[in-house]
Amino acid sequence: MNNKIKRILPQLLTILFVVFVFGFFTINAQVNMDNRGIDFGFGFLSQEASFDMQFTLLDYDGQDSYLWAYVVALLNTLLVSFLGIIFCTILGVVIGVARLSQNFLIKNSAAWYVEFFRNIPLLLQIFFWYYAALRALPLPENAQPWFGVTYMTIKGYYIPSMIWENLNVFLSCLIAAIVAIIFIRVYAKKIQEREGKQLPVLYISLALITILPLLSFLIGGVTLDFEMPVLKQLAQTSFIFEGGVALPPELIALVLALSLYTSTFVAECVRAGIQGISKGQKEAAASVGLTPNQILKLVIMPQALRIIIPPTTNQYLNLTKNSSLAAAIAYPDLVLVFAGTALMQTGKAIEIVGITMLTYLSISLAIAALMNWYNKRIEIKEK
Amino acid sequence: MFKHLKQLTSLFAMIAVLFAFTTEAMAKKSKTLKNTQKKGFVRCGVSQGLPGFSNADASGNWTGIDVDVCRAVAAAVLGDANKVKFTPLSAKERFTALTSGEIDVLARNTTWTLSRDADIGLTFVGVNFYDGQGFMVRKSSGITSVDQFKNGISACTNIGTTTELNMRDFFNSRGISYEPVAFEKADEVVAAYDAGRCDTYTTDKSGLAAQRTKMKNPDEHIVLPETISKEPLGPVVRQGDSVWEDIVRWSLNTMIEAEEYGITSANADSMKTSDNPQIKRLVGAEGEMGAAFGLDNEWNLRIIKQVGNYGESYKRNIADTGILPDRGPNQLWTKGGILYVPPAR
Repeated sequence: MNNKIKRILPQLLTILFVVFVFGFFTINAQVNMDNRGIDFGFGFLSQEASFDMQFTLLDYDGQDSYLWAYVVALLNTLLVSFLGIIFCTILGVVIGVARLSQNFLIKNSAAWYVEFFRNIPLLLQIFFWYYAALRALPLPENAQPWFGVTYMTIKGYYIPSMIWENLNVFLSCLIAAIVAIIFIRVYAKKIQEREGKQLPVLYISLALITILPLLSFLIGGVTLDFEMPVLKQLAQTSFIFEGGVALPPELIALVLALSLYTSTFVAECVRAGIQGISKGQKEAAASVGLTPNQILKLVIMPQALRIIIPPTTNQYLNLTKNSSLAAAIAYPDLVLVFAGTALMQTGKAIEIVGITMLTYLSISLAIAALMNWYNKRIEIKEK
Repeated sequence: MFKHLKQLTSLFAMIAVLFAFTTEAMAKKSKTLKNTQKKGFVRCGVSQGLPGFSNADASGNWTGIDVDVCRAVAAAVLGDANKVKFTPLSAKERFTALTSGEIDVLARNTTWTLSRDADIGLTFVGVNFYDGQGFMVRKSSGITSVDQFKNGISACTNIGTTTELNMRDFFNSRGISYEPVAFEKADEVVAAYDAGRCDTYTTDKSGLAAQRTKMKNPDEHIVLPETISKEPLGPVVRQGDSVWEDIVRWSLNTMIEAEEYGITSANADSMKTSDNPQIKRLVGAEGEMGAAFGLDNEWNLRIIKQVGNYGESYKRNIADTGILPDRGPNQLWTKGGILYVPPAR
């Protein structure tokens, strides 16, 4: 009995304390909002937003609701995070491996890269890319084409857009190819376990993923045209490109800064992971006759990944949260649009900041869950 | 468990009632006035730098017609126009700063609209500048009217402003597709437009005129003649303290009415012996004009002496600085403008 109390009492007190603290802040906020004549409620979400956004992935118009503005802004945040994570991973792995190179030049330039980009504050880097680098680009009328058909200007990067016919046929072929590849991999593994034979899975996969979609063009009636950006005159000295896809400079600056900055941390994780595998592993693998490629693929990487994944997850989370710095350079992300314009127009500070915080929390938890799942998959299965 | 919950809620209810009582009782004596006098300065929210309205020089001295409203309030309630603590705020931050109690007066070229007045716990006390939204373009573009705007035009502006909404109404009603580029700080907007990121820069016309002076080469830009909206700019206070609201309102009104009756910072003292009773009331020589606010009788005299009348303020901040030499609608009603304030009596 006495023990039970000893066990439960501290927990009860903790719960009471938490309830009291939350309760106090809730009531305090309520009372003060009442005094100042501010209503609390989420009814505003269905009202007409009546402001426009510079860049959206889905159709959005000022007539849509604040809720839709929230969704569209959230997608912009996710887009930046997604692109940032992809680029910082590619760059990070390359730099991380380069740091372990035997070549003096490669090794040292990679080290310099890491030290340089890691030690300058991120906001400063965003400012640099947006206000210094991208502002120095030519006006549309003076822009020289890159790769013949794309134009990098102060108003954005203009690339040709794709116009598909029978896109669904092409997509079904692509999906069919992917499914076939998965089956072949499973089959190849079985063959190897049973007969010790190795199938050339990589070549078969490559062939499948090129031939099937190609067939859709030849006999599936799929066509692909490109719409080129064309210079259009708005006024005597004011030009713009029409047609094609326009990537706003705000997006480019943000993705650049986030990827370069975070890639340094990913590079360090990768280096740590590879260095964390003892030399004996490599030597043992070599002594049983594995080729250097096989050593990396079958012995080093599976073990290194276990060390690399958890800290890299942190970097992905950081990148996602750092994407809120978009507000500094007019990229219409969740913070600028929802916690900025929408907050201003409705005055619902507590509600909007609350929703925004919850949203970032959810995104972070989702990424963490995904990475934990991957980590579980590759960790040592003890029997 | 449920029993405890009930006790807990009653405890919270008691705390809430206690809070409610104390704030209720203090509101009647103008909590804001009492706090201001205790602190010894007026907490005033201004812009982050808009010449003519609120702008700080190199040594941190604030000037502008919005700043003068804050100074007038300080002169009235504290006796010294310099006892103001200025808080520079972005368009996005301004209302939260006021409703959360960080500042007590917001004099930051803020447009009076129904939704702001009704929704967000604010009260507008008057208009110290009648403005309208316009567009600025590069002279070299050859554009001389908004009728020449074409599809695909990019427009730089501030987030969280009525400008952002008017811009949409304007382009939508004309069926022009446009790219809005919205920054948080005015300086960022100007820099973006100046660099060529946008074809046009849109905000209140007074703002355009003021920001033009900050550009690399002001002569290369023109403000188009069209005005696309009404923008009555005025000081704002928190809802719920009607005495404080009245003090700010009548501080502004005093400046405007003083101009109407020809009282200036130079002649205010001598006006005490005027024959006109309305003039005498405005300089505290007749009637009990401060008692209702909990102020002494010379509160308005101090405003006129220390800050000057509206005309002086306009001349000093907006006309002489070359921003808008012509007073336009911001002229007294007796001289063809629309400045008309209720009589101080």
